[in-house]
Amino acid sequence: MAETKYMTINMGPQHPATHGVLRVVLELDGETVVKSTPHIGYLHRGIEKIFENRTYWQGEPLTDRLDYTSGMSNNLAYCLAVEKLLGVEIPKRAQYIRVMLSELQRIAAHLLWVATHALDMGAMTVLFYGFRERENCLKVLETVSGARLMPDYIRFGGLREELPGGFIDMAKSFIEELPGRIDEYETLLTENVIWKGRTKGVGFLSAEDAIGYGVTGPVLRASGINYDVRKAYPYSSYEEFDFEIPLGTHGDIYDRYLVRLQEMRQSIRIVTQAIESLPEGPIKVNAPQYVPPEKEDVASDMAALIRHFKIMADGIKPPKGEAYVSIESSKGELGFYVVSDGTERPYRVRIRPPSFLNLGSVSKMIEGALVADVVAAIGSLDIVLGEIDK
Amino acid sequence: MKVILPLLKGLRLTFSRIFTKPITYQYPEKKHKVPERWRGIHYFKKNEAGETACVACGLCVKVCPNQCITLEIGEKFDGKRYPLKYEIDPWRCIYCGFCQDACPVNAINLGEDYEQAHYRKEDFVLDMKKLLAMYEDKK
Repeated sequence: MAETKYMTINMGPQHPATHGVLRVVLELDGETVVKSTPHIGYLHRGIEKIFENRTYWQGEPLTDRLDYTSGMSNNLAYCLAVEKLLGVEIPKRAQYIRVMLSELQRIAAHLLWVATHALDMGAMTVLFYGFRERENCLKVLETVSGARLMPDYIRFGGLREELPGGFIDMAKSFIEELPGRIDEYETLLTENVIWKGRTKGVGFLSAEDAIGYGVTGPVLRASGINYDVRKAYPYSSYEEFDFEIPLGTHGDIYDRYLVRLQEMRQSIRIVTQAIESLPEGPIKVNAPQYVPPEKEDVASDMAALIRHFKIMADGIKPPKGEAYVSIESSKGELGFYVVSDGTERPYRVRIRPPSFLNLGSVSKMIEGALVADVVAAIGSLDIVLGEIDK
Repeated sequence: MKVILPLLKGLRLTFSRIFTKPITYQYPEKKHKVPERWRGIHYFKKNEAGETACVACGLCVKVCPNQCITLEIGEKFDGKRYPLKYEIDPWRCIYCGFCQDACPVNAINLGEDYEQAHYRKEDFVLDMKKLLAMYEDKK
């Protein structure tokens, strides 16, 4: 009897369709995938360990470099965790601005996904259209934070500084323009027979499997499970906003695409509400031991100057304890677990990256699929290796 | 028909784009307009005497997450401190803007310049002379 020999193929780490340095070892029977093993760690920087050597302040730029498509969400998650340690309540205005910015960031991340995934599937036009809108979205975020991808704008106890003048108009004109643009993508993709052929029924993940693998975010919701941290465990005043959680039914790539497009529309709703009902008030919490004073006071007030030096040079010292906070980033549930031993440096920071757990399901998804569908399945998860390898 | 119609709709959309103005701009000739808060290459503010406004307190050195600032403190005859040597390692810097936030006299700032291309490796290093020259460019 002839013995079946499988061919082993290395996909990545330099493969352009793995969105980073992901390596997947595929065992093939002809064109069909028999077994696949993802290998990670090519982008490992030891970020969790670096946290321990830095003050709480200095840890924040590291979070931008996890999931570089949604810096605001990462900043927010880390700040919420540290604020839970500090036990401070953030002013309403700061909370609303945080919601607004992280939703804009979600739109930017989803636009990037639609654009690049369409390119993976061979629809090149959508790449340019998606990047055009993403550029506008990044311009809005750039105006407020000063950088395109590494915002570093959300700080413990509030925000770095007040919104710049003209920001609201910019954000408004962007979100007014966007629904029409999303319709354009839908015209190009949703009914397109090639797009449907490449995505419908491909990369299927059942609801049980999705829960079993710990998948979160749009991938989980495309499988029909209604779980969104924004609704389940509201943070930063999300309970005051009116929005829906879009759900899929089939759990394939096509549904993930539809869910993400719908999420963008919901994000537009949230941003609109946040702009309309933006409360007046301070943007920083009144906790002098944790929040540095205003720059103008430093020049004139001696006490403020001393406090400024104390906080900048020594950092903040949260009380002993531990805190875990998870938020809904564009990829799924992003969690930060911070342990404090009472010094100015965290004792331990553990990150729960959504992409890492989502990636676990890829082997299940592409079992028995064709090689071309591997690219589609990996792309549909919207993984970012910066977050997986940390 | 069910197959063709969506494709035709897509084609109509892309064809209609031909007659609109291009949104790309020719980069090296036309520069990207950066917002006011842009965190670009650093510069030093000058005081009335034309010297650096830096008082060499060392707070930026302390707050920098990547320890990319080298500072040597000098002292004038009247006891005032000034930076004898101030250098920013451009390869370590992540442009987080913490030095700008920390500076009590608003001496070190992150400017609007974002182009870094030099023929020699040494030209990247931001020393006192360069940091002060950047301020001139800004004005």
